[in-house]
Amino acid sequence: MMEGIKDRVAIVGMGCTRFGERWDVDGIDLLVEACYEAYEDAGIEPKDIQAAWFGTVGSFSTGQPLATATKLNYIPITRVENACATATDAFRNAAYAVAAGIYDIVLAAGVEKLKDTGFTGLSGAAAAGSNVDPPVPPPSQFALAATRYFHHYGIPYEEGKKTLAQIAVKNHQNGALNPKAHLRREITIEDALKAPMIAWPLGLFDCCGVSDGGAAAIITRPEIAKSMRSDYVLVKGIGLAVSGMQGILQDDYDFVHFPESVNAARQAYAEAGIKDPRQEIDLAEVHDCFTITELIIYEDLGFSARGKAPEDVAAGSFTLREGDLPVNPDGGLKCFGHPIGASGLRMIYEVYKQIQGKAGERQLKKADIGLTHNLGGRPGSFTCSVAIFGR
Amino acid sequence: MAGIRSAGAYIPKYRLGKETAGWRAPGEKAVANFDEDSVTMAVAAGADCLRGIDRAEVDSILFATTTPPYLEKQNAALIATALDLRNDISSADIANVLRAGTTAVKIALESVNAGSAKNVLVVAADSRLAVPRDPMEPAIGDGAAALLISKDGVFAEITASHHVTDSMLDVWRARDDTFVRSWEDRFVIEEGLLRVLPQAVGAFMEKSGLKPADFSKAVYYSNDARRHAQLARQMGFKEEQVQDPMYGVVGNTGVAFPLMLLVAALEEAKSGDRLLLAGYGDGADVFSIEVKRGADGSKNGWRGVKKHVESKRLLKTYDEYARWRELMTTAAARRPPLPTPSVSALWRETDKNIRLHASRCKSCGYLQYPPQRVCIKCMTRDSFEPVRLSDKKAEIFTYSMDYVAGTPDVPLVVTVVNFEGGGRMICMMTDREVEEVRVGLPVEMSFRKLHTVGGVHNYYWKSTPVRA
Repeated sequence: MMEGIKDRVAIVGMGCTRFGERWDVDGIDLLVEACYEAYEDAGIEPKDIQAAWFGTVGSFSTGQPLATATKLNYIPITRVENACATATDAFRNAAYAVAAGIYDIVLAAGVEKLKDTGFTGLSGAAAAGSNVDPPVPPPSQFALAATRYFHHYGIPYEEGKKTLAQIAVKNHQNGALNPKAHLRREITIEDALKAPMIAWPLGLFDCCGVSDGGAAAIITRPEIAKSMRSDYVLVKGIGLAVSGMQGILQDDYDFVHFPESVNAARQAYAEAGIKDPRQEIDLAEVHDCFTITELIIYEDLGFSARGKAPEDVAAGSFTLREGDLPVNPDGGLKCFGHPIGASGLRMIYEVYKQIQGKAGERQLKKADIGLTHNLGGRPGSFTCSVAIFGR
Repeated sequence: MAGIRSAGAYIPKYRLGKETAGWRAPGEKAVANFDEDSVTMAVAAGADCLRGIDRAEVDSILFATTTPPYLEKQNAALIATALDLRNDISSADIANVLRAGTTAVKIALESVNAGSAKNVLVVAADSRLAVPRDPMEPAIGDGAAALLISKDGVFAEITASHHVTDSMLDVWRARDDTFVRSWEDRFVIEEGLLRVLPQAVGAFMEKSGLKPADFSKAVYYSNDARRHAQLARQMGFKEEQVQDPMYGVVGNTGVAFPLMLLVAALEEAKSGDRLLLAGYGDGADVFSIEVKRGADGSKNGWRGVKKHVESKRLLKTYDEYARWRELMTTAAARRPPLPTPSVSALWRETDKNIRLHASRCKSCGYLQYPPQRVCIKCMTRDSFEPVRLSDKKAEIFTYSMDYVAGTPDVPLVVTVVNFEGGGRMICMMTDREVEEVRVGLPVEMSFRKLHTVGGVHNYYWKSTPVRA
């Protein structure tokens, strides 16, 4: 790798809306809510922003809504769209511009207003085409991985379902502690096992919700950050891996690991200098769009050995209190839902707060190195981002 | 002498029958799934007929039906494409009359005899609709048959024929009618079927110097089981000479009916047997068919009629059928409405979607679907040869069962299938029973209608458990 980004970019302010069914507000309102929390956190005003990157997928189509929301004044704004990695990619582009020395202070913001579509689940509207591909909503796409994971490792259905249920229970426990989460009720293993089937073998509690939300970050160089606050957070590494449909086109692709996660993590670990992720990382916010996704991510990111993630789940390795590597301490997509353009920045928000020691009831004892991970697309063809933060 | 080189059939998997709640008829009938129509059934029958035969040898196709999905736009061309036949062939729809199947045989025979074609594929399929609870409802069923009419390599020769044209409104359907109409029963039977068919067969016997005793089996159209037996008596055939009309099993399959019965007869026929084939509708077509040797379809794994009859599943409720045929309005899932498919995109993707061609890299040999510009393995650009996947066996690699996708068959089973000899496809599964879906299940590909939006019938391939 050429000169990396490690320690060259600092986050000095972040904001995150309450996620949920925000019937009373629109996307602009969500941006105002997120951005002004970030401005206040950083102690700056909108006029201090020199350039911005705006992540959104289905809610807006240009960079303008971000300017409209906080009245950014004729500055460069780029709209970023890259599946579920949209918000992290907006952050990545903003970080690179700062690292390149082009700007001093920039904004990365993401938002999605999903509940106004009137559809349960993502609307999945596609461009004009031949419309012959199966109408495969996300639960079905990830169910393909779950079915194969159970088969591949010879896990009986009941046992596999229980492992997935444990992941859902953990994330609901965490989310219940989080005032910004959409779903704030703890659930039991029983609840998860008895829930209606959405896409077999995934039931209702194996799926994340559909929510509205927004999040924002203010980024600068460390030397400027020092003058703004003492507890700024540094970017240690960012990786992004995009598939060329390898898993669909190659009949030996196994559906039980996602090479995009492996490759994005490899890039980020190399840049951050991480050799043993399980030991070195203190917390991770990963893309738990479905419980099976989180299970496979444990292995892809090197938290668990191949095929051993269910054992680590059973041992409580990823829980908030007992775990040696808490995953999704804020409740994850499971409790926040997945307003696509906001999720990556929402994850960074939690890592930022944990590293600062400001995560309230969820605060971890040790939170020096945190990771965020986003996975967009479907098994066989993903866009994946991994970002690492520290002091 | 010209005749039949190969034969095939298709009967949908599903039946209305005694165990079907809300079905009041004593017997069974075959009903097309919601994603089937006369085109998809014709493709299936055509594929059955062409097992073990190089499809490039077919140089003409005729599609006979009274239920063409398109009234303007040739259905035969679509079937030819799905069967991956050559482009430089002739094609026609023979439509609008129940006799169309036997008429197509006549035209095929003449083409072959005239030397304008060597191998003509005749496909006949129908999926007619009676008014719910009308006496006609239990009598009619859905199905398809196919015959390869050739000069060389035939196992059954067509030696004589006679044709009659006799216009009458006995059974009809006007342009905007959904359901088949008919006039008063006694008139329809006595002045129609029972008058025209025996007269035509009688004239044929006189012309050809044959008599009923010369035939080992008689295969002919009739409206229902009772008239079928009555016709035999009138035409002078003994009970054992009558090919089982499959009433109460499959039902009267319209245009396909006499040809399906012929295929069933050919499955059992021995060298030296002589068959009578008679189609009816605004007249009649009568043929004599001399069997030279056994059809030996089993050698190529054809299913014909018998295996399709045996491979069945009874619908639990009549409501399900009513939903399939859109006789009942049901709540739609809360999903965005489907847009009309882009016709230019459909045209561009014909080889991929309808012929089901994968691309095989000429450089490294790797097979990939959908076809690519750059090889996923060796990255060689634009150096591929097409490979047809539709006739390949496959196996389920993984699957999901979606309860929220908003399709008529809940759960929607989505499969990742790996083909024998390489290639992978993500596709919907049809004619599936939830309890039998598993990783490793052997499947085959079936041509189906995905949906109709804006008058466009959008066809594509789905996986289905191997039928027999």
